[in-house]
Amino acid sequence: MATSSMQADPTGLSQQEIRRLRRRALLALRYLILVVLALLFLFPILWSFINSIKLPSEALAVPPTYLPTEVSIKNYEELTTYGKIGIAQHVYNSTVVALITVAGSIVLSTLGGYGFARFNFPGKNVLFIMVLSTLMIPFQSILIPLFVMIVQVDLHDTLFGLALVYITFQLPFGIFLMRNSFLAVPHEIEESALLDGCSSLSVLYRLMLRLVMPGIVTVAIYAFINSWNEFLAALIFMSDQDNFTLPVFLTTIRYGIWGDVNWGALQAGVIVSIIPSLAIFLALQRYYMDGLMGGAVKN
Amino acid sequence: MGQTALLNLSWEQRRKLTGLLFVTPTVAFVTVFFIIPLIMTIYMSFHDWPLFGERAFIGLANYEELGKDRQYLKSLDFTFRYTALVTPPIFILGFILASLVRHNIRYIGIFRTIFFLPVVIGLGVSSLLWVWMLDDRIGVFNKILLDFHLVPKAQLFLGRPNTAMNVIILSVVWKTVGFTMILLLAGLQAIPDELYESAEVDGAGYFRKLFYITLPLMRRFIALALILSVIGSILSFDQFYIMTRGGPRNSTISIVFWIFNNSFTYFKMGYGAAMSIVLLGILVALTGAQLYVLREKE
Repeated sequence: MATSSMQADPTGLSQQEIRRLRRRALLALRYLILVVLALLFLFPILWSFINSIKLPSEALAVPPTYLPTEVSIKNYEELTTYGKIGIAQHVYNSTVVALITVAGSIVLSTLGGYGFARFNFPGKNVLFIMVLSTLMIPFQSILIPLFVMIVQVDLHDTLFGLALVYITFQLPFGIFLMRNSFLAVPHEIEESALLDGCSSLSVLYRLMLRLVMPGIVTVAIYAFINSWNEFLAALIFMSDQDNFTLPVFLTTIRYGIWGDVNWGALQAGVIVSIIPSLAIFLALQRYYMDGLMGGAVKN
Repeated sequence: MGQTALLNLSWEQRRKLTGLLFVTPTVAFVTVFFIIPLIMTIYMSFHDWPLFGERAFIGLANYEELGKDRQYLKSLDFTFRYTALVTPPIFILGFILASLVRHNIRYIGIFRTIFFLPVVIGLGVSSLLWVWMLDDRIGVFNKILLDFHLVPKAQLFLGRPNTAMNVIILSVVWKTVGFTMILLLAGLQAIPDELYESAEVDGAGYFRKLFYITLPLMRRFIALALILSVIGSILSFDQFYIMTRGGPRNSTISIVFWIFNNSFTYFKMGYGAAMSIVLLGILVALTGAQLYVLREKE
């Protein structure tokens, strides 16, 4: 090794310098590949955005233009009166469903996770396995009876009914995650409070909640993004157009239910529906990844 | 009276009761929205069950009909073919991406985030985005291909069974590869660097390291990513419903799509339930395989 590094090559560079240059060139190549791939990955979103700010007539041009000749928010304006009631109602529907799902998932997962982590009661293991085994049952396979049941109790075509179903989809993951969060908290912390005579509920509320907050944030992110994006159940459970969530409403534009397919408005709608999940993901990425690793890898 | 009964309980017993109360809402939800529907699916599958009107017990007739339902068999075949075709690109690209973003070089977090971004977009919405990009008249793909003279005339990507399959796969790879990348990245990062260093001292090249160190040590992560990806593909619906509406000539109707059509368009819910049970059987078998593969190692 020592002799080889002494050898000089025709350019007058030492072996060591060559190796360093080679490493730098490889790093540069790696970045080049990364940048190209990143642009390819971003392209569909950027392209959708670019078209959403074209004039409606330009967004329908055949063949399409690459860049807008004029920047306009007309496509977004058209959405506000699109279809029967305009996009605002559908954003509202999606938001309400997502918020109920988030609230319900947090409350149930926290209570259940605490119960499974800290208490001993008969049948605990059986119940825990029962909750977790539902992870294996894809909701697509039980949609038919769910629909029949929801119709029977007159909750079909309601935002609340859809949210109930979404909460259930979130529960196995939420319980698993919150139970692990509570298990990670040392016993001593709550024991003294319990000996002081605090009730279990107030120990949970006053003491434990702060300590398991990262888990709660993770449950909330997943509940929001999953319910905001969900398509099949929303398509089945909602029949009145007034109650359509955003993705179902956008599909009606794509199929030209309201006349010719308005591609410019559709892309504006795509952007509107992408922004919330993207924003939440970007702001709380660490919690999202924790959930992915905790939920997927460690079980 | 309830008050005194509660007071008479020992601390132990009260803890038991409290714990039970904490998990009751969850257990109730899971029972009402998972366990009962599951039992009902089985029950319904033995019935002729229209949305309105008389239900009738018909034994195994729904299951017998499955064997004669040409579209059902076609959908099974299509779904498996789709799964077999979409999985390799997801894994190859996912592995390449994971290798590229593996080391913590500068700005690498930004690249990881960008590759993962499509995962948080809904599949329904991403399908709406892609169906527009793939359009023969106003789609950007045809525009680029025509501008660079790569095709003589605009292509109807979604109008022919073969190309429809390919472009849908392209869109799904874009949408989901980030998820596989993250799982494989976790697997890569769990391998200690010393193993590679000593292999290099022994003169091992890239492929020897790949096949003797990287892939064997990542097995658990690969198995997990594989099962999640395969299950996702078998359950796919949104991309076909939105991009091709099952066409051309009913060539892109997945299992879930055919269940959806029977149950919620023709309202043959008993028949849909029978198909759901078969679907569930397929998935339980796959999950069982997952558990088996994951356990073997420990």
